[in-house]
Amino acid sequence: MDMVKKLYQATGKTILLGNLAIIRGALEAGVQFVSVYPGTPASEIGDTFSLLSKAGKKDFYFEYSTNEKVAMEAGIGASYSNLKTLVAMKHFGLNVASDALLPFVYTGSKGPTVIIVADDPSCHSSGQSEENSRAFGEFAHIPILEPSDSQECKDFTKLAFEISEKFNIPVMIRTTTRVAHQSSIVNLGQIKEPNREAKFVKDYKKFVTMPPRVLEMHKELLEKIEKIRKLSENSKTNKIIGISKNVRTKDKVGIITSGVSHLYVMEALNKLKLEIPVLKLGFFYPLPEQKISKFIKTLDKVLIVEELEPYLEKETMILAKDANPKLKILGKSVLPQVRELRPEFVTLAVAKLVNKKFSLGKAKLPSSPKRFPNLCPGCPYWFVFNGVKQAIKESGLRKEDIIFGGGIGCYMLASFAPHEIQDYLLCMGSSIGVAHGIKKSSPKQKLITFIGDSSFFHAGIPALVNAVHNESNPLIIVMDNKTAAMTGHQPYPGIEKTGRGEKGPKVKIEKVIKACGVDNLEIINQVKDYSGFIKAVKRFLKEDKLTVIIARSPCLRIKK
Amino acid sequence: MKKKDKQFNIVLSGVGGQGLITLGKIISQAAFFQGEEVKMSELHGLSQRGGSVAVQVRFGDNIYSPLVAQTEADLVLSLERNESLKNCYFASKKRTIFLINDFSIFSPSFGNNKLPSLQKILTEINPFAKKVYTIKASDIAREELGTEIIAGVYMLSGAVLNGLLPIKSANLLKAIKTILYKNFDINKKAFDLAKKDFNI
Repeated sequence: MDMVKKLYQATGKTILLGNLAIIRGALEAGVQFVSVYPGTPASEIGDTFSLLSKAGKKDFYFEYSTNEKVAMEAGIGASYSNLKTLVAMKHFGLNVASDALLPFVYTGSKGPTVIIVADDPSCHSSGQSEENSRAFGEFAHIPILEPSDSQECKDFTKLAFEISEKFNIPVMIRTTTRVAHQSSIVNLGQIKEPNREAKFVKDYKKFVTMPPRVLEMHKELLEKIEKIRKLSENSKTNKIIGISKNVRTKDKVGIITSGVSHLYVMEALNKLKLEIPVLKLGFFYPLPEQKISKFIKTLDKVLIVEELEPYLEKETMILAKDANPKLKILGKSVLPQVRELRPEFVTLAVAKLVNKKFSLGKAKLPSSPKRFPNLCPGCPYWFVFNGVKQAIKESGLRKEDIIFGGGIGCYMLASFAPHEIQDYLLCMGSSIGVAHGIKKSSPKQKLITFIGDSSFFHAGIPALVNAVHNESNPLIIVMDNKTAAMTGHQPYPGIEKTGRGEKGPKVKIEKVIKACGVDNLEIINQVKDYSGFIKAVKRFLKEDKLTVIIARSPCLRIKK
Repeated sequence: MKKKDKQFNIVLSGVGGQGLITLGKIISQAAFFQGEEVKMSELHGLSQRGGSVAVQVRFGDNIYSPLVAQTEADLVLSLERNESLKNCYFASKKRTIFLINDFSIFSPSFGNNKLPSLQKILTEINPFAKKVYTIKASDIAREELGTEIIAGVYMLSGAVLNGLLPIKSANLLKAIKTILYKNFDINKKAFDLAKKDFNI
């Protein structure tokens, strides 16, 4: 079925990907403003809103913003203007956006605002770190809901809008890869026509965080969180399931869990034929402390099943001090903290909880040829990587003599064979920022760093300005392939197309670079003028002056 | 908990670009038409650039986890024979049937390492399989239908028609029509071809 029809079908049941269920939830809530920066595992949210927008759906405004902070700020502007707003990003995006998010939680929202953040335990599609964005609950005091499946993705998105509306606070939905990229059956509700009128009404006390007002805001925020905690205490999303009169275990045991881990718990109980009470939390922040205390009060042992850092386990320890000091708490002692959980790991942990026998398979697995992702055949990046290597060789240097900076995008593949020219990899924009630091520290070493076109706009510009102003001299190669290729070919400011399919003024990378004060700028189509590209790299290797080469050749996979 | 407690677990493997996610969607949709509970899990990102792809579908009763547990796959359907080796983690002698496309896709990351022969692959998989079937699906799809991309639908159709997974063929066809509505004709041909000839 056509995606537009699928997402707008009246009611009934359908299979939806978690990310798409979030969109349906937003449509059922009557969303009016959507801003995103693409990033897997959240990409389908933006891409599908873009698709709906291009298909002529006019209930909401949509944009791919320049980066997540800008997406957040655009969303804040929409919320301040009274619109129902959704902002989506991957976990690292939240780090970029957090500068705007923290004060936004202080001022609170006006139009109800939901922020979708997708984590990626096991780093299936993420370099950088195995981030657990749940930390933003305590850190930013932003309410966080954690869905387990597509139904909850839809329902929790709607609920998040309701909480936001009631308490004037942005609410975060935290998914993980196995939720965002899980397809399961969803019972649809009614789509709602947006009904909020856009108008920014001046309200100094609400929107301006100037001290000393900001301190009052902090106090008001903490009070607001306690009110939301009451709602959390009574919310059906925090529920006890699986209670049986005759728990078939010697000890009184229970399990506390949330998100996708909950599904592994249910799977384990079914497999082991156990009926143990499970407290399944929909709210991660603020936690329903009384509900948890009541749940653990009569238990001998509790198992906390959560991925990555043991936040829930620590909270339970604190609550147990008063509620049940003798409680034995199992968590990371029986489950890994690194990598995502799997059903069999959770089954093993549950078996340990009740002293039942269960062991993981120990068969020696066959080895298989390792298949790293690689550049597509004919990809213009081949010409950049090979050209750089050729220039180094022709300059009488070795690959080992040069430091290579890497960044986030298809050019991360510089890491793998046959390229193997990546000496550091951190986050978007850092290929230039870190290059500068290395060159200032160790000026004798030559450095070539790569940055994608979308990354350049995302976070490369301030780093470039810094390198110019503080005078370091790397070679920066902007890989301009006319799209954000790796996350699924989203448009970006360097082309004449917006996420709505409309024509948008193109921001020329070369003009920006010139305006940053770069004197040595070359624009080369490395595919058509391979020797010219090699020559430009050789010139840098000889003269060692800050140089930017825009390697401009479109990605082969851009749909015409 | 429901009285009935039957689950069918499928692990699909192959290489980015082979249409595994679409195949997973077809299976999910067909199971949905049958009134089963169903969950699918997929991985994206760099897999689009020729990396390994992992798609899992589970359907039946009491389907909670989107992931297939260790040793609990009922069917491993692999569109690339080397990739089938990676799924032994999910397989076991007592439970798992392998259906492997006898087709090899090169990756620059292999370097100078020699790829295992089909015989070697089968020997390695054997301890993890109740039964292994192979078919030159990509070659057949290319020769008979003019494109390798249809190999997946051809293999899935053959699997259903030969009873390797508990999906009714009418539901499969309906699901193919729902998911691949834009290119139904060629995929229907793949289904028909599997009906006529699926020699495993």
